[in-house]
Amino acid sequence: MSENARILHHPILGDVTKQKEITIYFDGKPVKAKEGEPIAAALMSAGYRAFRTTAKRHEPRGVFCAIGRCTDCMMIVDGRPNTRTCITPVRDGMRVETQHGLA
Amino acid sequence: MRGIETEIAIIGAGSAGLCAAAEAAKAGAKVLVIDENSRPGGQLYKQIHKFFGSSAHQAGVRGYEIGRRLLEHVQKTGAEVMLDSLAYGLFPKEGIGLIHEGRHCLVKAKKTIIAAGAKENYLAFPGSTLPGVMGAGAAQTMININRVLPGKKVLMLGSGNVGLIVSYQLLQAGAEVTALVEAAPKIGGYGVHAGKLRRAGVPILVGHTIRQILGENEVRGVEIVALDEKWQPIWGTEQTLECDTVCLAAGLNPMTELVWMAGCAFDYIPAFGGHVPLHDENMETTVAGIYVAGDVTGVEEASSAMEEGRLAGIAAAEALGYLRKEDAEKKKSAVRESLSVLRSGYFGERRRISKEKQLADMAEYRKKREVCG
Repeated sequence: MSENARILHHPILGDVTKQKEITIYFDGKPVKAKEGEPIAAALMSAGYRAFRTTAKRHEPRGVFCAIGRCTDCMMIVDGRPNTRTCITPVRDGMRVETQHGLA
Repeated sequence: MRGIETEIAIIGAGSAGLCAAAEAAKAGAKVLVIDENSRPGGQLYKQIHKFFGSSAHQAGVRGYEIGRRLLEHVQKTGAEVMLDSLAYGLFPKEGIGLIHEGRHCLVKAKKTIIAAGAKENYLAFPGSTLPGVMGAGAAQTMININRVLPGKKVLMLGSGNVGLIVSYQLLQAGAEVTALVEAAPKIGGYGVHAGKLRRAGVPILVGHTIRQILGENEVRGVEIVALDEKWQPIWGTEQTLECDTVCLAAGLNPMTELVWMAGCAFDYIPAFGGHVPLHDENMETTVAGIYVAGDVTGVEEASSAMEEGRLAGIAAAEALGYLRKEDAEKKKSAVRESLSVLRSGYFGERRRISKEKQLADMAEYRKKREVCG
């Protein structure tokens, strides 16, 4: 996936209104995020889609349901494992790490 | 531990829960709506298309606008909405267990309405766990709420209304839709939605399914195959389509965990998405004082969920003495009338038959209970 997946213009929803931009860190790399959006949205806007790996086969997983039900998007957020990134809002300076296996 | 007391607790601030809240609070009951999310409205805000049906069901109004109006209405009635509150359990004596701002609390209510909604079905086939494979509703949340494209080239599986509408909304958001694949010999949703896709040049491949999704660490393409009349693959017809995202629109299933926990009796109705709680004409389950409304009672659509919510709200307020029997009956029969309109016609027939079975099984259950004492 390429970067910059933000939808700035939309025929029904109109143009994006100005939102405060903040920075989060994905495995140490800075990622620009919009204040209040879920972590998963910020990561996907930057082209990142693999959020964790499974315990047995170490396979990558990403967002499946986007409403906090399936737990496929869990990551370690500010040291706290098993955080559902699709429903957890970003915070400036937040540290988001890939979760390997069970945590 | 913090304790909260209310008269009517409603779990879920989506279409059904908000309508239940409005009716019950309007009648004078003390109402608390609990929702896990940081904003109310459930899945209404991601519906950017115009609703169907009659003007009584707000046809021609976009989903998010219906959500906005509903929320405004609820706020005027005085019902309280408690957000960021995860209802993790329902206990017969203690009440509803909640996690709010990292802390545990209990809600004690005289009546409880469970309006927890539904979640998307998953399908298992080679490659289906790769990042880039997601529910069609998930993609809809990403594009319409978060305004982020989950991919540039999307393949949609499933031609029900969700599959058709989300495909079109992906186009509106600026994505390319490689194809829509449907295993059945014809499309499942409304022709008008399919027409929009066809006019936009999206191939709709009926009688096809995904054999495997290709890619190492994320989706790179999809191998599809044609199916015969017995839904078996016709070998030799495999073809590879290039895409970076696959959306699954394979139906939904009711989120019944709390209803099971409450000890309610269930039915198994495939047309409603699987196991659904038995309930009567007042939306009350087999456990006295526990009501259900919306997709948790069987997956339908937002308009029916709103009507079921109203029914549950009126009935719960009546049970608490806030409405006289004849006034409540009048209100309820108007809602039931509206529901029967929503469950009529070519697309509503299957849902009408399913709902009748569910109600009949409830009556049967109560009859048996009486006989056995």
